[in-house]
Amino acid sequence: MTTMRQAFVRAVNDGIATDPRIAVVTAVISSNEFPQENERVVDVGIREQTMVGVASGLALAGLRPVVHSYAPFLVERPYEQIKLDIGHQDVGAVFVSIGASYDDPAWGRTHQSPGDVALFDTLPGWTVHVPGHPDEVTPLLQQALKDDDRVYVRLSLHENTHAHPVGEGFTTLRHGKRGVVLAVGPMLDRVLKAVESENADVTVLYAATVRPFDSDGLRKAVQDTDHADVMVVEPYLEGTSSHLVSETLQQIPHRVRSIGVKRHAELRNYGTAEDHDAAHDLDVVGLGSAVRSFFRG
Amino acid sequence: MTGDEKHEWAAASTIDVLWVLYDKVLNVTPAIVDDPDRDRFLLSKGHGPMAYYAVLAEKGFIDESTLDDWTSWDSPLGQHPDRVLVKGVEISSGSLGHGLPIAVGTAIGQRVAGSRGRTFVLVGDGELDEGSNHEAIAVASRLRVANLTAIVIDNQSAMYGWPGGIARRFAVEGWQTAEIDGRDHEAVFTALTAPHDRPYAVVAKIEKSR
Repeated sequence: MTTMRQAFVRAVNDGIATDPRIAVVTAVISSNEFPQENERVVDVGIREQTMVGVASGLALAGLRPVVHSYAPFLVERPYEQIKLDIGHQDVGAVFVSIGASYDDPAWGRTHQSPGDVALFDTLPGWTVHVPGHPDEVTPLLQQALKDDDRVYVRLSLHENTHAHPVGEGFTTLRHGKRGVVLAVGPMLDRVLKAVESENADVTVLYAATVRPFDSDGLRKAVQDTDHADVMVVEPYLEGTSSHLVSETLQQIPHRVRSIGVKRHAELRNYGTAEDHDAAHDLDVVGLGSAVRSFFRG
Repeated sequence: MTGDEKHEWAAASTIDVLWVLYDKVLNVTPAIVDDPDRDRFLLSKGHGPMAYYAVLAEKGFIDESTLDDWTSWDSPLGQHPDRVLVKGVEISSGSLGHGLPIAVGTAIGQRVAGSRGRTFVLVGDGELDEGSNHEAIAVASRLRVANLTAIVIDNQSAMYGWPGGIARRFAVEGWQTAEIDGRDHEAVFTALTAPHDRPYAVVAKIEKSR
């Protein structure tokens, strides 16, 4: 079984072999996955600010850098470098993280990054992919490597049973009249189980790409229901996409329920990702409860 | 051009080095600002860019008339340079500690492309307080980025100074180094054209009294 990380490594190594524009910049993590003898593969040691700065310089010199690390070290630690060295210099790069919100919580809070997508949301011009299956990673990355823009790909150990088409906006997986549930990336299987367990008459949309936000797809799905009630289930900070849902539906009265990693407390528990899902009501039980209460009546 | 009292000293400290760079050292002109083989100059210390703009105007990169309205709404010239607004400005700067890591990247990019181009980056001694510089100083020599020159304007702005000297900080990481009088144009030219087979740091000292 191929993991998302393995699919990423394979796609990037194919890119290095076939496209002279592709470069890779790492800060130790995963560096042994890439051909260090290649002059376009640069490991800077455990220096994440310089990792992003070097990637900026490579982009300014005409290369297409892939920048990779564990999510908090890729996004949070060098956030100002992402803002200025990539965005403000108006260059492109492909940022790929592993670790997600809490893929391995035994490592504690230092290795958790539920706020990564929210941070990218403070910066203009970023495409954000949150694949839910390894087979979705390859086409998303292949396209990202061809382009020149700014792309963030959020990989996770948690995935859905099946892959779905990517790159064409939200995918409708279930039709209903009571409202719409938008499931992002690895949340899909749990959302479908929760909806089915509650016998909820709702439309379920799937998103592996959240920025740009498929406003047209959401608006159409809402128009096909009897209630403008939208639940957004994201595997990162709750409410990250709420402003875009509100903007999409600004012309009609609507209700929004945002579900994701809770903001109110800093969990100091270790345990498993499943433990943390339960603590954030992101397991099937918690999601079922949310579906039941939000789509009541 | 009106003044920027807060950063007047920054501009006064860099003017001589900037002039020698653009007048005698850099292989870049307004006609080749997009040439992949050009030399790249990165003003990391974006504070006090009046000297930079003045040199760019003198060398024809920007129209001299734009200097009069700098920092106004429609002006491409601000208190910190923006590469998107000014052709020939290689990086947008202002927040300290960004230019040197970027310069390592552009130098590697030039090497990958087989370009004759070199990368020069100007930092301040106060700017070196930022830890990101020290990541880049260490990495540059490990990655053998020989086409990179860092010019440190040492106008004694670092809060706690650099015991042992700035050049030593670079030297222990494997850089070739030189120390010069940053007002002596001949010395600046000689230092910036000296051959080097590894990254090269030129510390240009500026006396406050002058």
